[in-house]
Amino acid sequence: MANIKEYTKLPQRLSGGHRLCGGCGASIAVRQVLMGAGESDVIASCATGCLEVSTTIYPYSSWDGSFIHNAFGNSAATMSGVEAAFKGLQAAGRIPADKDVKFVAFGGDGGTYDIGLQSLSGAMERGHDMVYVCYDNGAYMNTGIQRSSATPQNAWATTSEVGSAKDGKIQHRKDLTSIMADHRIPYVAQASVGYWKDLVEKAEKAFNTPGPAFINIMAPCPRGWRTKSEDTAELARLAVDTGFWPSFEVVDGKWKLTMPAKIKKDGLKPVEEFLKPQGRFKHLFKPGNEELLVNAQKSVDDYYAYILKRCEEE
Amino acid sequence: MATQTTVSETGNSFVATAYRQVAPEALFAYPITPQTTIVEEFARYVANGKVKTEYVTVESEHSAMSACIGSAAAGARTMTATSSQGLAYMWEELPIAAGLRLPIVMVNTNRAIGAPINIHCDHSDVMAARDLGWVILFAENAQEAYDHTIMAIRIAEENDLPVMPSLDGFITTHSISRGEIMDDETVTKFVGVHQPKHSMLDSDNPTMVGGFSTLGNTYMNIKKALRDAIDASLPSIKSIGDEWAAQTGRSFDHVETFGMEDADEAILVLGSAAGNVRAVTRKLRGEGRKVGMVKLRTYRPFPAAELADVLKGCKSVAVLDRSDSYGAIAGPLAIDTMAALFKAGVDVKVRPYIYGLGGADVKLEFIESVYDDLADLSDGGLNPGLTYLGI
Repeated sequence: MANIKEYTKLPQRLSGGHRLCGGCGASIAVRQVLMGAGESDVIASCATGCLEVSTTIYPYSSWDGSFIHNAFGNSAATMSGVEAAFKGLQAAGRIPADKDVKFVAFGGDGGTYDIGLQSLSGAMERGHDMVYVCYDNGAYMNTGIQRSSATPQNAWATTSEVGSAKDGKIQHRKDLTSIMADHRIPYVAQASVGYWKDLVEKAEKAFNTPGPAFINIMAPCPRGWRTKSEDTAELARLAVDTGFWPSFEVVDGKWKLTMPAKIKKDGLKPVEEFLKPQGRFKHLFKPGNEELLVNAQKSVDDYYAYILKRCEEE
Repeated sequence: MATQTTVSETGNSFVATAYRQVAPEALFAYPITPQTTIVEEFARYVANGKVKTEYVTVESEHSAMSACIGSAAAGARTMTATSSQGLAYMWEELPIAAGLRLPIVMVNTNRAIGAPINIHCDHSDVMAARDLGWVILFAENAQEAYDHTIMAIRIAEENDLPVMPSLDGFITTHSISRGEIMDDETVTKFVGVHQPKHSMLDSDNPTMVGGFSTLGNTYMNIKKALRDAIDASLPSIKSIGDEWAAQTGRSFDHVETFGMEDADEAILVLGSAAGNVRAVTRKLRGEGRKVGMVKLRTYRPFPAAELADVLKGCKSVAVLDRSDSYGAIAGPLAIDTMAALFKAGVDVKVRPYIYGLGGADVKLEFIESVYDDLADLSDGGLNPGLTYLGI
């Protein structure tokens, strides 16, 4: 696959009419990921969350193919069970040995970085032939924008409030993609819904890699970020362009930077460009809070330098 | 022609043999004392090519049951085994397995729940799972644990319900006892090949499992269907037990009795302590006392009518619970029994006891003292209510 025309000919695996918000990054992530599966059958699972409640309102399903929702913290374990059943049924001669099915588990950042981390780690370590996709919008959006370990430092959330004594979330965000890379599974990638071609290609690699694969996707949430629906794609690109969300992949332990060519050439944009349109960061731009912005830029610079080092660039 | 071999093995070895003979397509294992020797023995069967099961060593019990749910929804015959804290840790998943009507079989080796931490037998683990839509069976000994495990496959797959055969930790799991193992071919034939009604792997008929049930009364309708299914499983369990009995020569009843034909005083019990109660009952009957014992092999669904019928001729009955229901008027079995008697209009005095928590001794003199208490109650003595036996 190479161009947008060819992608548009692929089956649409998440039908319209679901109840996700306009501009929701999660639905864009799902559609782009599933394009990577080509013509194969796909069985999907999803952690409890916006994506699940909005696409599987019983008895309706937006998913083309079998789908399972189990609970919040176990999308990975559940799909590992489906994949094991597939192998067991093949060993018993109950289904053909050449049956072509792709297994994919989805979860938001709450269901992946936090409550589902053990389940994800276990499934990846066991080597199931499946893809795990985290759509990271940086908070528990389904329950009403509570902070998660993926919430950026100093971001506002309903459990990391901004007030006279607090400046939003105190802690750094967790670097889940590196944690997954350190599981030494065959394929790990970080991508963004703003760079669709890069994301679909990474999904394609993930699906075609035998064994476990993990993709972490920047998926803006207009409701939680306090942004306009029509700005989702642009914000998702700015997340990458500013180095807040570096684009890279790790193939068989080899790290490779997959940043847009123009950023590689001209350097990162200032993180302010990513933060300023977002209501959750508006206190960073108030007089007297200049230090918070300096910290945000330093945090991004440090993380990007670390990623460059692992990719053996610079 | 069914052929049985007499063996002397631990209870867990009987169970592991049943697992091998049942040959699930997928088994999810996480170790916890005193369940471990089941999954260890099964791992040897896998390593030696005795079974083709996809054997998955998960990282927790929560993931064990999560993966069982995925596997069963994909149409595979699916098993696991657990105990105590492990059962508690997977609690979130237990009602999901039942609500999705997945025929998962999980043996529980009954062990105390902390705190304080304790590895020995009581029923506080399994009883905390009693109202979730799982069929629950109690084995008195290794032989029953073996029989229940094989029956459980049929019960699960014919009723679309998860099934939890249980056996008492250490007392039954680790003691060596004599019993009969059926030949592989007869078991294979008895359990048949699992034919799931729906499978996520059926590409021509994709299915959604676990959708968000919020429109109209779909949630309540699905829960009513679960209630109907577990009620309907009572005769199904009996007929599957009878069919297995025809092969083994070992009868199966939800409610089993000793000396109840003329008993004035009776003791009701679950699991391994039935042996202690039977021994005392036999001794006292030898001395001319009109006493009898009752044990349940099926606990969920609760065989209320059958139990009330068995107890209706008594003056008083003691219900021995190996777990408490803190803050309630008695332990869970006693509460169920009182409700069953009330529903049937049977007026028998019930005295509830708690015994054997965390593997505390169940001495024969304790059982004898219970019969003495009952004789006093039958004669018009006061019922002091819930009593912790032996302390």
